[in-house]
Amino acid sequence: MNCRSEVLEVSLEGRQVDEALLALLHTILLHRSTGKFHYKKEGTYSIGTVGTQDIDCDFIDFTFVRVSSDELDRVIRKAVAEFKDALGNSGSDGMGQISLEFYQKKKSRWPFSDECIPWEVWTIKVNVVNLANEQERQICREKVGEKLGEKVINIVEVINRHEYLPKMPTQSEVDNVFDTSLKDVQPYLYKITYQITDSLGTSVSTTMRRLIKDTLAL
Amino acid sequence: MDSDLSPQDRKDLDKFIKFFALKTVQVIVQARLGEKICTRSSSSPTGSDWFTLAIKDIPEVTHEAKKALAGQLPSIGRSMCVEISLKTSEGDSMELETWCLEMNEKCEKDIKVSYTVYTRLSLLLKSLLAITRVTPAYKLSRKQGHDYVILYRIYFGDVQLSGLGEGFQTVRVGIVGTPIGTLTLSCAYRTNLALMSSRRFERTGPIMGIIIDHFVERPLSNTALLHPCNYRAPVEEEGGAYAGVEDSQEVCTTSFSTSPPSQVEASPDPAAFTHSMSGTFMYLTMAVPGKEGGVPQVLLQPSHGTQADHGRAPSCPTADMPHQAPPSSCSSGDADVLSRSSELKSASPSDVLETTFTRKVGAFVNKPTTQVTTASLDLPFAAFAPKAYDLEENDPMVHPPASPTPSSPLQGSLHSQSSSQSGGQAQDDFVMVDFKPAFSKDDLLPMDLGTFYREFQNPPQLASLSIDISAQSMAEDLDSLPEKLAIYEKNIDEFDAFVDTLQ
Repeated sequence: MNCRSEVLEVSLEGRQVDEALLALLHTILLHRSTGKFHYKKEGTYSIGTVGTQDIDCDFIDFTFVRVSSDELDRVIRKAVAEFKDALGNSGSDGMGQISLEFYQKKKSRWPFSDECIPWEVWTIKVNVVNLANEQERQICREKVGEKLGEKVINIVEVINRHEYLPKMPTQSEVDNVFDTSLKDVQPYLYKITYQITDSLGTSVSTTMRRLIKDTLAL
Repeated sequence: MDSDLSPQDRKDLDKFIKFFALKTVQVIVQARLGEKICTRSSSSPTGSDWFTLAIKDIPEVTHEAKKALAGQLPSIGRSMCVEISLKTSEGDSMELETWCLEMNEKCEKDIKVSYTVYTRLSLLLKSLLAITRVTPAYKLSRKQGHDYVILYRIYFGDVQLSGLGEGFQTVRVGIVGTPIGTLTLSCAYRTNLALMSSRRFERTGPIMGIIIDHFVERPLSNTALLHPCNYRAPVEEEGGAYAGVEDSQEVCTTSFSTSPPSQVEASPDPAAFTHSMSGTFMYLTMAVPGKEGGVPQVLLQPSHGTQADHGRAPSCPTADMPHQAPPSSCSSGDADVLSRSSELKSASPSDVLETTFTRKVGAFVNKPTTQVTTASLDLPFAAFAPKAYDLEENDPMVHPPASPTPSSPLQGSLHSQSSSQSGGQAQDDFVMVDFKPAFSKDDLLPMDLGTFYREFQNPPQLASLSIDISAQSMAEDLDSLPEKLAIYEKNIDEFDAFVDTLQ
């Protein structure tokens, strides 16, 4: 199985980074989350209900929809904040990328640890620009809003190709496919990583990998 | 192909498609309510949330959708469409987008109905949630209120995209293959939002009892262009359905703009239609800031000759009159003004001003008016005014008060008061009331530029620049020249001695 990889690029102002990344990551997770599974006897299960919420951006003329889950929102915000800090501290020209990777776990026998097999990776490349005056900021506000709209359409187009999705797991294997730690929703297993591009444009000068969500028991 | 499908699967599939269509309509209409939508996740399945998504059902929307479907399902050649349009408070309307749920012949026979199709329909609804916030109509719907409202119409059958104007764009939300065909959900949206389509007045019901149909014939015969609207006018109890309407159209917004978010029923909101129009969404009118709550007025120039001696401006409608009253009376008054514009000086003020609504009074109006009007400097609205003749005559930029050649009795009278009088007295005769000078921002701020113009419009003339005095002094100079020359010749020795001392 090949891992599906999609890349989205955005150029924006420093103060727009948070909202733009939240918009895109939440749009992806909206499509990659289900309700909580409740397994019954005889191998059947029922699925909980996913609520949605409109979020207005303050620095971008844009509104996006996210899953109504404060827990999930906190996790994503934390990841985005870390990325933004790294971007600001790196001394680079404001270029970096953040990746949202969906994976499946494949149990291995001891002493080998479980294998994480990605099946879909979304990479958002960020280019931070500095603007000189308020008029440029206003234009940027609108332009970035339009760009994000295009990116949402791209995301939807990819997702609706209905390419590979992990099979629905049995109760014993649900943790290999889904993140079951949240109370209200159940996204596919995912991790968020990021890289800051140094001023020379090489992709790795300082590579920082942080596992935001680590469900490995070992 | 149907023979491969078990009866239970076929039944399930039909049910899925039906509820998918209903939920699609709910998502689209709710996204155009003008409010942020928020529903809660629930870990325990409630059994009533189709496609595992918490999408509330607005009963009237469901009712309209079922009425449009009339027991049928989207099938090949018969699509379900939700049309979103915008309607101003004056009756202009414009289609913004059309969402289409279509079915084509391409079948996916091996797909599992109960699981895969259901899951993919759920995914498609999520995509619809995302895409409905991205099309241009979303931003418009969030700003709807006094100036315009957003309406929806559901119809079944052939897709109609002609009302979207040229250059409309299409975005495909997604597709789901089923054993009986492939469902496609897409949106065609207008891109040319700046152009308010001409004079396509629709057959609308009376708003507050006034029918707005001036300037244009009503295309009653051309039902293809009509989008009948069930206005829930505040005074009417019924939905206002009109004869010959096949598809019902409801006002989404009567409850959207002012109702609290918890109110899900589309009930009429009087406030939405009795508020006078403040800013302008379109080209039509100017609001008088701050005065009568911005009663919309059609720009009219009184004919030039009325200024010198005319009376007061016509009485304005008071703030609590319905704002549609001016347009209706305007339609009769307009013709009068326009026909009289060519008769400058002979036009008596009373002829022009006998209409009962407020019209603009130009600069240099002789008598101070108690009513608020806007002045004549709004060139974009010149199309509504008697043409350049009046504009030019009244424009202080073109004919500054100090001009020596009076081009009108008005300015002649100004000049006759001339420099010997103070500017204050000259100002008493000419009242500048609330005009909007060029390049000033007509927003809520006080118009400093206008105030400046007004204060310094008629400065007193400098004495030395007065023509009479200067002419007089020149004549005297010329007369006295020979005498002066004679004196200088007599004293020529003194001049020479003086020159020597300088060397």
